[in-house]
Amino acid sequence: MTGADVLLLALGAVAVGAGVLVVTTKHLVRAGLYLVVCLGALAGDFLVLSAELVAWVQVLIYVGAVVVLLLFAVMLTRAPIGASDDLDRPGWPAALIGGGAGLGLTALLVDAYRWSTVALPAAGTAERLGEQIFQSWVLPFEVLSVLLLSALVGAIVLSRPDIGRAGPPADGRAADLVDSESGGRR
Amino acid sequence: MRPVIPYVTAALLFGLGVYGVLRRRNAVLVLMSVELMLNAVNLILVTADTTARAVLPHSGQVFALFVIVLAAAEIGVGLAIVLQLYRLRATVAVDDVPLTEPSDPVGGREPVVLESEAGR
Repeated sequence: MTGADVLLLALGAVAVGAGVLVVTTKHLVRAGLYLVVCLGALAGDFLVLSAELVAWVQVLIYVGAVVVLLLFAVMLTRAPIGASDDLDRPGWPAALIGGGAGLGLTALLVDAYRWSTVALPAAGTAERLGEQIFQSWVLPFEVLSVLLLSALVGAIVLSRPDIGRAGPPADGRAADLVDSESGGRR
Repeated sequence: MRPVIPYVTAALLFGLGVYGVLRRRNAVLVLMSVELMLNAVNLILVTADTTARAVLPHSGQVFALFVIVLAAAEIGVGLAIVLQLYRLRATVAVDDVPLTEPSDPVGGREPVVLESEAGR
């Protein structure tokens, strides 16, 4: 056991523990905050695994943007403050499938790698990853930019009920109904 | 560095994500569980970058970056859908969503139909 192993064990335990709390807690807002802990521990894992750029992108995008968006959604859907009792469905099929997937993958990976040791490669700094992305992976990178643009347009179209309709409503009464009707044609 | 430790962490996180997606009723919590699964995949990719010697160096980490971008796009569209659902049905419980056409009055409250659409 080297220092890296101890760090990986500790950060992995924190990530899995926070993950358990995310899927079991009764408080919606606390689930988002436990998700921050889980994603932060994973960013630490990436740092130990010498993926520096991925770790900082993880902190920026996941902890910075995605969790904030999720908390916004929790607030915009008028989530109750405090514990809610109706968050869960009956649990045993979910426990069966989730536990089966997790433990099956664990058995597979433990069998594949046992207790072997590998040397850490050179650190994945922004310079090395940038060389790779803009030399070998340019086409996927460009396709991803198109995908981001289409996701942006799709989100806007979804949340604007007046886009994608045949025409403007004929009279004022119909215009009043647009807000309550909102998107039934999609 | 023993690669089995991050691999097992990722496998357990993926199992937790699957459990959360199947167990939770609130759509925002379902999205959080999906994020757990995507992060487990990221951890697998980054760890595989250290254990497997590929032809292109650091391809696992490049793929992890791509998955992060995909997750950002997914969460944007997913939250737009969740908020639209809340506006339509005033609930975000995924098993309250009727699987029939929205003009069908089965389940949920009946949506108002515009006169210009009702004639079609």
